[in-house]
Amino acid sequence: MADYQNLFTAVQVAGPVHHGTELHDSMSTRTGKPFLLHIAGRLGNAQIGPIYLGGLGVMSLMFGLAAFTIIGMNMLASVNWDPIQFIRQLFWLALEPPAPGNGLKFAPLNQGGWWQIAGLSLTVSILLWWANVYRRARALKMGTHIAWAFAAAIWLFLVLGLFRPVLMGSWGEAVPFGIFPHLDWTAAFSLRYGNLFYNPFHALSIAFLYGSALLFAMHGATILAVGRYGGEREIEQIIDRGTATERAALFWRWTMGFNATMESIHRWAWWFAVLCPLTGGIGILLTGTVVDNWYLWAVKHGVAPPYPHVWGTVVDPATLQGVKP
Amino acid sequence: MIVRIFQLVIMLTLGMMLTACKDPPVERLPMDSVQHGYRGTGMVQIYNPRTVASQDALNTAPPSTPPLPDSGPRAKEAYKNVQVLGDLSAGQFIGLMTAMTTWVAPKDGCAYCHNVENLADDSKYTKVVARKMIEMTRHINSNWKNHVAETGVTCYTCHRGNPVPKQVWFTPLEQNKGADFIGDNAGQNTPGKLVNMSSLPTDPLTPYLLQDKQIRVNGPTPLPSGNRSSTKQAEWTYGLMTHMSNSLGVNCTYCHNTRSFQSWEGSPPQRITAYHGIRMARDVNNAYMVPLTDTFPVNRKGEGGDVAKVSCATCHQGAYKPLYGYPMLKDHPYLASLAKSAAAPANEVTKTAAK
Repeated sequence: MADYQNLFTAVQVAGPVHHGTELHDSMSTRTGKPFLLHIAGRLGNAQIGPIYLGGLGVMSLMFGLAAFTIIGMNMLASVNWDPIQFIRQLFWLALEPPAPGNGLKFAPLNQGGWWQIAGLSLTVSILLWWANVYRRARALKMGTHIAWAFAAAIWLFLVLGLFRPVLMGSWGEAVPFGIFPHLDWTAAFSLRYGNLFYNPFHALSIAFLYGSALLFAMHGATILAVGRYGGEREIEQIIDRGTATERAALFWRWTMGFNATMESIHRWAWWFAVLCPLTGGIGILLTGTVVDNWYLWAVKHGVAPPYPHVWGTVVDPATLQGVKP
Repeated sequence: MIVRIFQLVIMLTLGMMLTACKDPPVERLPMDSVQHGYRGTGMVQIYNPRTVASQDALNTAPPSTPPLPDSGPRAKEAYKNVQVLGDLSAGQFIGLMTAMTTWVAPKDGCAYCHNVENLADDSKYTKVVARKMIEMTRHINSNWKNHVAETGVTCYTCHRGNPVPKQVWFTPLEQNKGADFIGDNAGQNTPGKLVNMSSLPTDPLTPYLLQDKQIRVNGPTPLPSGNRSSTKQAEWTYGLMTHMSNSLGVNCTYCHNTRSFQSWEGSPPQRITAYHGIRMARDVNNAYMVPLTDTFPVNRKGEGGDVAKVSCATCHQGAYKPLYGYPMLKDHPYLASLAKSAAAPANEVTKTAAK
């Protein structure tokens, strides 16, 4: 009997490949002849394809490719078109938004203009892909949970690159496109606005982020652990609890006094995942617009406790007489 | 499968051993941590004991020499063309000249600065620079006590036996943007040595240690009240602070309580010293280095023709205090008294030096 005690999926069903259910709302057909790939089967389904792009998908890819190319070409140009330096420094390279002094105007191409074009293209691409995801779900008569979860991530993306810069009145407040540079931006953002760790929405976001990982681990482990009793047939067991469900439920009641159900665990996971960027986006949106200094905000509201002064009084020298500014 | 895992482990181990042999010491465990503030607040200093060990030799001061008597004829009476050190006794003057030779030019000796045919001659640019540097040293020791305290500085603090201090900096050339159509790096986004190979602005020194740009980016109130500093500005400040942290071999928590980088209340007192240090470097660069620009020959200048400038690293060279705070100045007290005479003109020998 197949078991689930392996890191990789041990069971591969090698049946005839299939195109999926009939589509009624679309003129376009799915493209590509499906085939089986053993390696893919170790991780998921062995069948690759067919793929359906449709008008939305094709347009999304085109805009995405435009953004990718603009960002990549700017990075390549910034190392004087040297392909070796491009690879060596790839993680350092970036396309920066316009300087803060530029406000919300169109910037000259090489002073943030490319960033504006790339950002617009990427935004259009992502929104089109969202529509694609939504419409594919509808075409399959599915719920649209995936689209709305994706929308939560898009919310955070738009807050960082569109909503907040507009509210602040400057594209310069947006994030650069680049691996390390966007991380440096993140650190600088926290430094500028008085430590983001005192932002309660940042805290919520972290709680949901780590919570998502925890729930994912708990759920994945639980189902694998009762796989030998058919526990992976979760949907059937929502209405027809078998011994796998009973054992899993009992296990969690024994260890933490409470258990989710075969249905609710997926709602837990969905909400945790969705609330992570949702709350994070709120926290970013409030930063600089509503709250300028999260540390001082936390002091004002009794969140940041005072520490004993172990060094005596340390006074800002700039406030003293006779000190060079 | 087992064999493959075994091979992998051996290769990883070999790789780690190889990197461990490299110089400078790599950042790896174990580290030493020293509590530096109230318990439980994360106020600790993390030291790499291998880095610290490798810095011992660099931070060992040369043998101490007792101060020479202030008696006998004055140097300006005994020798010609003594513009700055004329009030020293002739014995002190020769003692200092000898010390300077070992501090600055142990290989070339007196001839590095002097025309050996005529020691009073100012034809070598190095002598004109040295004179200005003595004035600078006295200025630092007299007027920047809030940074150097009584420990003070000598030529050795920066030079450490090198005619040109190892850690000086030049303003880098602006990026060549060609037709200025594509590829602007905004002064950052390439591994920057001054910013610990991060992608932060690569030259955080020109705006703050040469110019007088605003370093502080935080606002004074919880809610917005007119502070227009941008996140991008914070990156420049972050770059300067990374330079300081690197130069001193310390963490952010040496000067800041990191829960609020801006708040002075709760900051370690070292931050006050560092505050004055920033102003001192700026003062030294503008009052002593920049005026020497035309004195230096082209090969001593930067790509843009600018003079070598000082940063925190020029003196500190990776140590929280240069030479771990060894007070060399006490043996050379005449480097502390402010020169009464008018500053020696720096451009006097411009024409002869600029050949």
